[in-house]
Amino acid sequence: MKPEDFAYFCKLILDRSGLVLGPDKSYLIESRLTPVARRHNLGGLDALATALRQNKDAKLLRDFTDALMTNESFFFRDTKPFDQFREVVLPRLLTTRATSKRVRIWSAACSTGQEAYSLAMILKEQGAKLAGWTFEIVGTDISHEVLAKAQAGVYTQFEVQRGLPIQFLVKYFKQDGDKWQLAQEIRNMVQFREFNLLGELTGLGTFDVVFCRNVLIYFDQKTKGAILERIAKGLAPDGFLYLGGAETVLGVTEKFEPLSGHRGIYALTNSQSAAQPPAFARAVGA
Amino acid sequence: MKSCLIVDDSKVIRMVARRILEGLQFEIMEAADGKIALETCLKTMPDAILLDWNMPVMNGIDFLRALRGLDGGAAPRVVFCTTENDLAHIQEAISAGANEYIMKPFDSDIIEAKFSQIGLI
Repeated sequence: MKPEDFAYFCKLILDRSGLVLGPDKSYLIESRLTPVARRHNLGGLDALATALRQNKDAKLLRDFTDALMTNESFFFRDTKPFDQFREVVLPRLLTTRATSKRVRIWSAACSTGQEAYSLAMILKEQGAKLAGWTFEIVGTDISHEVLAKAQAGVYTQFEVQRGLPIQFLVKYFKQDGDKWQLAQEIRNMVQFREFNLLGELTGLGTFDVVFCRNVLIYFDQKTKGAILERIAKGLAPDGFLYLGGAETVLGVTEKFEPLSGHRGIYALTNSQSAAQPPAFARAVGA
Repeated sequence: MKSCLIVDDSKVIRMVARRILEGLQFEIMEAADGKIALETCLKTMPDAILLDWNMPVMNGIDFLRALRGLDGGAAPRVVFCTTENDLAHIQEAISAGANEYIMKPFDSDIIEAKFSQIGLI
């Protein structure tokens, strides 16, 4: 790969998606883009760079972006955030939204849908407790390819074993050869939409909970701040934001502050959610 | 340190599983079939059991039923690890008292995820 092509690929993916690829990523670029060049009958990476520079082929640009995004996703990834959702966030929403009985959840950069579907399964498990409530789960991603997979809800034997409790596999999946398909009733609980986190949130509406985990790590500081500020605008004043274990708002934005006692969850600064002590502290203090 | 009994008639599988589980800080015991595993449990009840299904002498499901009938046999967390990958087998394992179920082939991520789900890690 020519140095000027490498620089061009890095600039293009940064403009398209905000993804920062350093000089140590030339192997990643070669291994992921070579198949794209082949698929489009281009001789190699220099021909791919030339074709992208001409900017005539929207499909080529989309395949280029899809190939460079990291789409790792597990069911119930890291376990703890989902326990917290069940035990802390959900009970609070059932109190604060008791009148409207409506909750909107956003799985941002949802990849192949495992996070959104994990939340759907948690809600399903609540059974009659949620009768009369409307829960809307929206999964978005920049990649068309992963969304198609998310929508189909079909996973390999490897994928259904990473984080998914066996009881859930038995209960909510149907076996089809060596693949497993999620039940229609769970798939119907999630809507997937193509969305670039660098764009404005208009059209997505206001959310009560936003999951944006292991996404910001791929962006530079300025982009992280811009994304968090847009999320702040799209979050209900007493809503919750989830970030990944290696991510923080500290030094990035002042719009959010950590929810005390609940690692990984953030609330809008000076909001009611942040002011309210965690449930267990109240119980102990009472 | 928690202990894990690896029950599999394949020496290669036992070795691979041992390497992964030792990395997760388990003390390892091995058994090549259900009968040897049961004798091991009578002497020292492990915290966890990684269990193959198809084995000579005594298979995994018969071992599990016998284990759950033993004094203290309800305690170990049992994770099946087998090439049987259909719903009927999975359901049979759960009703016999298995806590988790791994379909071979497995890797370290799967073992780690499954063990952490049932509170072993």
